[in-house]
Amino acid sequence: MKTNDVILQFTAKIVFFIIFLFSIHIFMAGHYTPGGGFVGGLLTASAIVLLILAFDLKTVQTGFNINYRLLVATGLLLAVGTASFPMFVGEPFFTHFYDYFELPFFGNTSLHTAMLFDAGVYLVVVGVTLTIIQSIGEDE
Amino acid sequence: MKETILLLAVALFFVAIALSVYRIVKGPSMPDRAIALDTIAVNLISSIAIVSVLLSTKAFLDAILILGILSFIGTISFSKYIERGVLIERKRND
Repeated sequence: MKTNDVILQFTAKIVFFIIFLFSIHIFMAGHYTPGGGFVGGLLTASAIVLLILAFDLKTVQTGFNINYRLLVATGLLLAVGTASFPMFVGEPFFTHFYDYFELPFFGNTSLHTAMLFDAGVYLVVVGVTLTIIQSIGEDE
Repeated sequence: MKETILLLAVALFFVAIALSVYRIVKGPSMPDRAIALDTIAVNLISSIAIVSVLLSTKAFLDAILILGILSFIGTISFSKYIERGVLIERKRND
């Protein structure tokens, strides 16, 4: 029997972008409000899981074409690199820097290197969650 | 006065959640249980909203949105498992 779940697939296509934008918001707002790299990464992973549920594993893999193990390695490298960068300029390990910048669209913005560490956490959480789900879904 | 009304609303939501738990335990078929779980998630979202009014904080609004997203994905995966018997298809065969 040929199954037809057009409502589920159309809903998943729209809701994916809503969840993804909300996860970006949670990740960016983590410095001043609840949220951060871990919750943002889990939300991004759940958005991709929604696409995997609505479509199949092969379609999502050809759509994204990301090796999630490389994503984990990139996140760990970013976190360790951010943490060890101050040792090269004569500061202790894990010293963070911040300054105020005049950005063209956002105005006077405070940029902090803790955000780079958080981006590493985000990539590791996305990679680990999707590696687990993909390797469970692939075996028969 | 306002706090009494809000506490009463939370208590009534707990009653609704307890009735849904009875449906999960007793429910004759699996779709009954899936819908009861979805109802529990909706009632929990409302309870979180009322608690955040009680504590007069805005910190729980993200939790409300995340719980809505997770209950949506959970209900979809439950219903797909009940209907197809498989959650993640490797390749669509049509």
